[in-house]
Amino acid sequence: MKYVAEYRDKDLAKSVASAIQREAKPGRTYNIMEFCGGHTHAIFRYGVQNLMPENVHFVHGPGCPVCVLPVRRLDDAVEIAERHNVILCTYGDMMRVPGTKQRSLIRAKADGADIRMVYSTLDALKIARDNPEREVVFFAIGFETTTPPTAVAIKQAEEEGLKNFSVFCNHVLTPSAIGHILQSPEVRELGTVQIDGFLGPSHVSSVIGFEPYEYFAEEFQKPVVIAGFEPLDVMQSTLMLIRQINEGRHEVENEYTRVVTREGNLKAQALVSDIFELRTSFEWRGLGPVPYSALQIRENYADFDAERRFEVSPKQSREVKSCECPAILRGVKKPTDCKLFGTVCTPDNPMGSCMVSSEGACAAYWTYGRYRDKTARQQKEAAA
Amino acid sequence: MNAIDTTVSRRKGTIDMAHGGGGRAMAELITGLFQKHLGNPILAQGNDAALLDTPTGRLVMSTDGHVISPIFFPGGDIGSLSVHGTLNDVAMAGAKPLYLTAGFILEEGYPLADLERIVVSMAHAAREASVPIVTGDTKVVEKGKGDGVFITTTGLGVVPEGVHVSIERAQPGQAILLSGSIGDHGVAILSKRENLEFETEIRSDSAALHTLVADMVATAPGIAVLRDPTRGGLAATLNEIARAAKVGMHLDEAAIPVKPDVAAACELLGLDPLYVANEGKLICLCEPEDAEPLLAAMKAHPFGKDAARIGTVTDDAAHLVEMETGIGGLRVVDWLSGEQLPRIC
Repeated sequence: MKYVAEYRDKDLAKSVASAIQREAKPGRTYNIMEFCGGHTHAIFRYGVQNLMPENVHFVHGPGCPVCVLPVRRLDDAVEIAERHNVILCTYGDMMRVPGTKQRSLIRAKADGADIRMVYSTLDALKIARDNPEREVVFFAIGFETTTPPTAVAIKQAEEEGLKNFSVFCNHVLTPSAIGHILQSPEVRELGTVQIDGFLGPSHVSSVIGFEPYEYFAEEFQKPVVIAGFEPLDVMQSTLMLIRQINEGRHEVENEYTRVVTREGNLKAQALVSDIFELRTSFEWRGLGPVPYSALQIRENYADFDAERRFEVSPKQSREVKSCECPAILRGVKKPTDCKLFGTVCTPDNPMGSCMVSSEGACAAYWTYGRYRDKTARQQKEAAA
Repeated sequence: MNAIDTTVSRRKGTIDMAHGGGGRAMAELITGLFQKHLGNPILAQGNDAALLDTPTGRLVMSTDGHVISPIFFPGGDIGSLSVHGTLNDVAMAGAKPLYLTAGFILEEGYPLADLERIVVSMAHAAREASVPIVTGDTKVVEKGKGDGVFITTTGLGVVPEGVHVSIERAQPGQAILLSGSIGDHGVAILSKRENLEFETEIRSDSAALHTLVADMVATAPGIAVLRDPTRGGLAATLNEIARAAKVGMHLDEAAIPVKPDVAAACELLGLDPLYVANEGKLICLCEPEDAEPLLAAMKAHPFGKDAARIGTVTDDAAHLVEMETGIGGLRVVDWLSGEQLPRIC
C-alpha cells in the first residue's frame, strides 16, 4: 500500500532504532507520554517498545476516547436507548464499555434496546432517513478528529430537515487534557509521574494544527513532537524527542509534515465552531472535571441536541471499586499495577474502560505486551 | 419425479407456515425445489434416512450451522458456504468427504425465489465437490423468529490409511504453512453488511478444500495438523492449536499473504487481518523436511497457489503465539476478545 508500506519498512526501522540507541544517553531515562491511544496501539501492535533501549519508556496517556468517557455519560446513553425507545447509533468500541453495575450498551442491546453499531455519522443519518417514525440518536464521542464528521452530520440533518435525528455530544479537547495532566500534583509537585516529552496526536493536529501545543511546551518546558501513527512515525518522533531532551529544548516539532500544518484545517475548524461551543467543565474518567475541555451543541442547533431532547434521570453512577483505570489514564500507574489486571479484568470480561478499547492501555498491554513480561521473566531467571 | 404441482405455493412467492406443516405445501417445496436441484439417487429414495455405502477406513463426521448475514455476498452465499464449510471441516481431518446432509430453518415470509437461488448454489457447490447431499430436513418458523434462512449441514468422510491428522500432534520445530491470503471472506462480508463501499469489490474466498487436502496428504501422509482459519481468523486458529497441543508459535508477519485491497480495507476500518474470517484457506503443521514438497504441491493446486511458510512451532511454556512484525519488533498474537470491532479514529 502506497503511503503505508513506506512507514513500515524493516530496514528503515532498524536504522532509526540504531540512531535511538546511539543518542539515548545511558545515564538517564526518557519517559515519553503518548497521549493518543492510536500511538499506544501502534507501539504494541508493531512491537516498537521491543526496538527501544532499556532507558526509553513509553507512558500511556489518556488519549483513548472510549477510555476517558465517564461512567455517568455512558449510563445516560444506555438510559436514552432503553427509556426513550430510540435507535442509538454508536461506534463499535463503545459497545462493550461497562457502566454502573457492569451494564454496557451491548448488554442493553441483548435486553432489547435498539442499539446499532455504525462506522460513520453518515450511517447514522441514513438510519434516521430510513426510519422516519423513530428517533435516532448518534452517541458522539472522540477528540478533535471525530468532531468535524459529527458537525457535518448535524449540518446535513438541518439542511435535509431531518426531525428525528439528534446527537448525544461527548466530544473532548486534547490540549486542555494535556495541560490538565501537566498541572496535576503527580506531575508538578509530587514527581510521581516523570514525563520528559509528548508524542502529539497527529490526527488531532490535522484538524487543529500544532499551534495549540506551543503554549504548554513553553509554559511547562516539555517538548512535543506531532507524530503519525505508523510505527516508523512513532520511532522517528521518539528520536526527535530524545534529541530535544538531550539538547534541553522544549519546542513543538512536526514529524507528520505530510498532513499537519501549524494552523490546521481552517474549514473544519470553522464548521466545528459554527455547531459547537465550549462547555465550562466536563468530567473525564481519570482526570475528573476539566475546565473548558469539551464541546456542546450551540443553541442555534438545539433541535439536534439529544441532551435537550431527552431527559435523563439523575443517578448514582459508579465505577468498579479497585479498578485503577483513573490512575492508569493519568500515567500514575501501569496496567500491571492494578489488582484486577489479568485476573478478574480481561478483554473478555472488562471491569474498566482501559481494558475495552483496542487503544486502551490495559487492553493493548494485555494483548501485545505479554511478550515483554515473558522476556523480563526469562532474563530474571537467567540472571538468578 | 416431480409429480406434485408447485405452482400454488410458488405463486405466493414467499415461505409460509404451511411449507413446514407436513402437508401438501411442504411436499411441493421438497420435491419442487430441494429434490429438483439437489437430486441424486440416494436423495431420490425418499426415505427419512439415507442408506449409504461406505468404504473401509475411519469415518469422520462434522456438523456446522450457518446463520450468515448478509445471505448473499460477493463470492458466495449461505448455500455454497454451508457446503464448503462442512466439507472443509471433514477435510481438515485429512479425510475424503463422501456425503452431506442439509437442514433448513426458514422464516415465514422469506422469498421463494431467494431460497431457490440458495438451493441452486448449494447444488452447484456439492456437484463441483462431487459430494452429494443425501438427506435433509425443513422447518419453518414464524416471521420474526428467524433471519430468513438458517442452514445446518453435516458431512461424512473417510480418512485414508496411514493418515493421522490431529491437533495434539503439533510439536515444536514443525513448520506452519498457510494456503493463501487471509481476510478475504471477512472483509467481503463486512463490505456488504455495513454498506461500506470499496473501489474494488473484495470477494469471499469460500471454497471446498478437500481436493487440495487430498493432494497434500498424498505428498506428505505425515501431516500433523490441518485447520481452516474461519471465525477469529488465523490468530484464533493458531491460538487454539497452541493451547490444545501445549506449544508456542513464532510467526513472520512479512511472510503472511494479505491481498492489497483487503489490507487497505482493514487499514481503513482499523481491523487486523490476522483476526478476520476466511472460508477457503487452511493452515498445515508439518515436519520441517515436508515443508518444501508440501508447498510445491499446494502451489500446484488452484486453492493453494499463494501458499507460504509463515512460521515455526516453538516450545514456549506459556503457549504464546508470537510474531516478528514487519518492522522487526515482536508482539503477541492473542486470542480475539469478543468480536473484532472497528476503532473509532
